[in-house]
Amino acid sequence: MINSTKPVYDSANNRVSAIAELKELSKYRYLLGQLVRRDILTRYKRSVLGVAWTMLNPLGTMLILTFVFSNFFKTEVAHFPVYILSGLLVWNYFSQATNAAISGLVWGGSLLKRIYIPSAVFGVSAIGTALVNLIISIVPLVIVMLVDRAPFYWSLLFLPVSIVILTAFTLGFGLFISSLAVFFPDVGEMYQVLLTAWMYLTPIIYPETLISPNLLPFFKINPMYWMVKMFRLPIFEGRIPNWQELLPAFAWAVGMLVFGWIYFTSKSEEYAYRV
Amino acid sequence: MSDSQADLAQKFERVPYIIQLENVSVSYRLPSERIGTFKEYAIRTLQRKIKIENFWALTDISLTVKKGEVFGLIGNNGAGKSTMLKVISRVLKPTKGRVKVFGKIAPLLELGAGFHPELSGRENVFLNGALLGYSREEMETVFDDIVEFSELGQFINSPIRTYSSGMYARLGFAVATAHMPEILILDEILSVGDEAFQRKCNIRMKSFQQAGATVLMVSHGLDGLESMCDRIAWIDHGKLKNVGTPQDVISAYREEMA
Repeated sequence: MINSTKPVYDSANNRVSAIAELKELSKYRYLLGQLVRRDILTRYKRSVLGVAWTMLNPLGTMLILTFVFSNFFKTEVAHFPVYILSGLLVWNYFSQATNAAISGLVWGGSLLKRIYIPSAVFGVSAIGTALVNLIISIVPLVIVMLVDRAPFYWSLLFLPVSIVILTAFTLGFGLFISSLAVFFPDVGEMYQVLLTAWMYLTPIIYPETLISPNLLPFFKINPMYWMVKMFRLPIFEGRIPNWQELLPAFAWAVGMLVFGWIYFTSKSEEYAYRV
Repeated sequence: MSDSQADLAQKFERVPYIIQLENVSVSYRLPSERIGTFKEYAIRTLQRKIKIENFWALTDISLTVKKGEVFGLIGNNGAGKSTMLKVISRVLKPTKGRVKVFGKIAPLLELGAGFHPELSGRENVFLNGALLGYSREEMETVFDDIVEFSELGQFINSPIRTYSSGMYARLGFAVATAHMPEILILDEILSVGDEAFQRKCNIRMKSFQQAGATVLMVSHGLDGLESMCDRIAWIDHGKLKNVGTPQDVISAYREEMA
C-alpha cells in the first residue's frame, strides 16, 4: 500500500550508480545466496562423484603437473607437490570466478531484459560460488601435505586474510571483464587465451628461482605474482608475508575492486539494451 | 463511504497517480552494423566509421495511471508497447524524461524465465522468488499456495526438466502471482496451460483487481481489453496517439486499421 508520497522507483534518481548499486545489492542478498546455491548444486547434480569433483579436479591437475615437472625441478624445491598445489588453488579460484562472472552476466542478460535485477548480482554470486569451491579444495591440499609429510605451520592462520585480499581483487577484475564481454562478445574467447598465458607468466608450476634476476622486476608487475605469494609464504615457507610483500597485493586488490565496481556500475543501465 | 474507504480516498488525494511518465523517450542505439570485435572497433573508431543510428522506440510520452486502474495498451507490432512496459518496470532507463512509480511492480513478462532444469520445482520456487526480489520468509509464507495453485502435487520435488510445458508455465504463473503486487504487468501471457487453468488465472487476476491492484496489460485481443480495462492508451510508432475510454480508443483504432 502507499504510505508516503515518495516513489518506489524514480528514474531521475540514482545519479551515483556505484553507490546506488551497492544498496540494491544488499536488498537482493537473498538472491545472491540462491544463485550460489544453484551453481553449487547444479554443477555436480548429475555426476556420480558430485561435490567431490571440486577436490578431485585440482588434485588431478596437480598430480599431472607434479609428475611432469618434478623431473625438471626436483632438486630445487622440496615438497614440490605442496608448492604447486598452493599456487594452483589461487589460480583456479581466480580463473573459475572470473569466467563464471562472464557467463553469469551473459546468462543473466536474458533476465535483465525482462525484469529488474541489480546486474552486479551475477558477478558477485560468481565469486561466492568460487569461494565455496576454494574452501572445499583446501581439503586436498591438507591431504597432499600429509602424504608428502610437509610441515604444518602456525602461519597457516594468516590464510583468511589472504583469501579476503584475493577475493577483492578477483571480484574487481571479474566485474570489469564481464562488463567488457557484454559489449564485445569475443572477449570471452580471448580471455581463455589470455588466462593460459597469464598462468605461465606467474610462478605457479615452476619455482620462482627459475626466473632470471634481470626479468624478475617484470614478473612483479603481475598482480597475480603477489596474490600467489601471499598464499604460498604461509603454507609453504611457514611465515607471514612482510609489509613489502603484502602491500602490492593489498594495493592491487583495493585498486581493482574500486575500479571494477565503478566501471561495472557506470555501464549497468546499458546491459538491458546490449546483452 | 466507510472509514477505510475515506482513508483510501485521502491517500488517493495525496498520491493521485501510481505511475507517472513525464515526456518519456527511449532510444535504442543501433550501430549501422554490429561490431563484435575489438579489431573492428579500433579500426572503425580510427576511421570514424561507426555510425550510430538512434532508433526512437518511444517519443515524448506523458501519461499517468491511477491506483486501482486496469490500464490497457494497444498498437501495432513494434509500436513500442513492450518498451513502455519495460520502462515502467525499471528494466530500461528512459533516455529522456522521467518515470515515477509509487508501488511494487510484479513483472509477468515471460513465465518461468530463470528456472533451472536440474533443480526441483521446490528449489526453483525459491530461486525464482529471489529473482523477483522476494526474501526467503516472503516465499515460505506462500509456498503451499504455490504448490496448490500450480497443481503439481508430488512433482514439486522432481527436477523441472521432467515437467511438461504446461506444468512449467503453471508453476511460473503461480510463483509470479503468489504475492499480490501493487502493480501487475501482463504482456500477452494469459494463454497458460489448458482452459481450466486459464480460468483459474483469470479469477486470480480479477481478485487482484478487486483488492485494489493496478493492472497494466498489453494484448492484441481487442474485445478482451474492451471488457477488462478502465482506460486504454494507443501507441503508434512510439508516440501516444490516444488515451481514453476503451470504447473510444478501440473504435478509433479499428477505424484506422480498417
